[in-house]
Amino acid sequence: MSYPADFKYTKEHEWIKPDGGTATIGITTYAQDSLGDIVFVELPKPGTEVAAGKTFGSVESVKAVSDLYAPASGTVTEVNADLNTHPEKINKDAHGSWMVKIKLKDAGELNSLLSASDYEKFVAEEGGH
Amino acid sequence: MVDFNGWDMPVEYSGIIAEHVAVRTGVGIFDVSHMGDIRVAGPQALAAIQHISINDASRLAIGQAQYSAMLYPQGTFVDDIIVHRLGEQEYLIVINAGTREKDFNWVRDNMRQFDCVVENLSDDFTQIAIQGPRGVDVVQKLTEADLAAVKFYWVTRGTICGLKDILIARTGYTGEDGFEIYIPSDEATSARVWNEVLEAGKEFGVLPCGLGARNTLRLESKLPLYGHEISDTINVWEAGLDRFCKMEKPDFIGHEALKNAKAAGVKRTLVGLEMVDRGIARDGYRILNSSGEQVGYVTSGSYAPFLKKNIALAYVPPELAAVGTEVLVEIRNQGVKARVVPTPFYKRPKKS
Repeated sequence: MSYPADFKYTKEHEWIKPDGGTATIGITTYAQDSLGDIVFVELPKPGTEVAAGKTFGSVESVKAVSDLYAPASGTVTEVNADLNTHPEKINKDAHGSWMVKIKLKDAGELNSLLSASDYEKFVAEEGGH
Repeated sequence: MVDFNGWDMPVEYSGIIAEHVAVRTGVGIFDVSHMGDIRVAGPQALAAIQHISINDASRLAIGQAQYSAMLYPQGTFVDDIIVHRLGEQEYLIVINAGTREKDFNWVRDNMRQFDCVVENLSDDFTQIAIQGPRGVDVVQKLTEADLAAVKFYWVTRGTICGLKDILIARTGYTGEDGFEIYIPSDEATSARVWNEVLEAGKEFGVLPCGLGARNTLRLESKLPLYGHEISDTINVWEAGLDRFCKMEKPDFIGHEALKNAKAAGVKRTLVGLEMVDRGIARDGYRILNSSGEQVGYVTSGSYAPFLKKNIALAYVPPELAAVGTEVLVEIRNQGVKARVVPTPFYKRPKKS
């Protein structure tokens, strides 16, 4: 598994791709592999405030329910509604399946997140995937 | 891999959905060696079985099997079982993994007064289930026994993968046609047979299947799981297993309690639910009435990979049990609409 270098990562297996004052958020391929077949995603509406480290939705596979944790604080601007009907796209391409876009409250929050190589090391220790 | 009642078992091999669909459309195989096996044989074997089982084993011809259950005196479940009649005075009871010890002790203790032997053969067998419309084709490649002559819920014996006199049962826990074979449990034999079955199934698209698919398959077919739809606090009427319970048998453990329970009327009943609004009802989730009060709970719930719906089994009060009734399932503190639907959710197509 390889992790895009222009993303930042959390220990809860979310990725965040900053783009100026906004950022795109999804879950990593390690997460989708651990979950198994994803069948349901619950995402917040545009306008919702999300806080770094707090849950902003959930993703469900056949066997499990998993909370989604916001990598950074901000306001939801866009939601990928396609995932409501095609949640399996996350299994096919986790890094290419964005879930929400947010307007960042404080871009500095991203500095404390993991780089691609840090995240790769982290998951190697965690699951040996 | 997860711990399933002390057994190290896979949740999935390649993916729950693919495995589930393979069983419904082709063939899937399961290592179900965790199940337990109790042999009852002797002059009073039938009487002994009749004493502990709710179904009527006297209707079994040699080679025939039936689904049944064992009850506590209060009419609640010790376990659900499959009773196979293997000979004139010989029976095999197959029990659940999680209840092996408990079941064996229960059977042995309650059969003491009958002239028969009770043997725990659980560790002697590796049990492999080959399930799906092509299951019979796979197993037929491996045995000379004429499987076309074996009806559903009947058994035969034959040579399989070079092993003589193997019990081959047309039974399963998936709602599909299929077989379960009982082979010697040594690792070398078990691994060899598993691999030969897999090889034989290749042309039919066989997939090895884990606990995840096992659960979604039995859920679609409304087959109970001990600890969920049936338990030591649930009785036969509540669970809707009336048709396996032969009250006309003069007696069996739990008979009296069931008679009284029927007279008193059920306070809750097992129903099938289909989610109406977005959400997946899962095991243990509460069922609420329109005022937000809890009126029941989900025993088993999941996304159904073949039906492509979110389904569940749940206990609700009898007044909410009619097909079409809308209830709310509490999912992460929100009441989400679901509807009572007929069960089983899935029934395999009749062979033309």
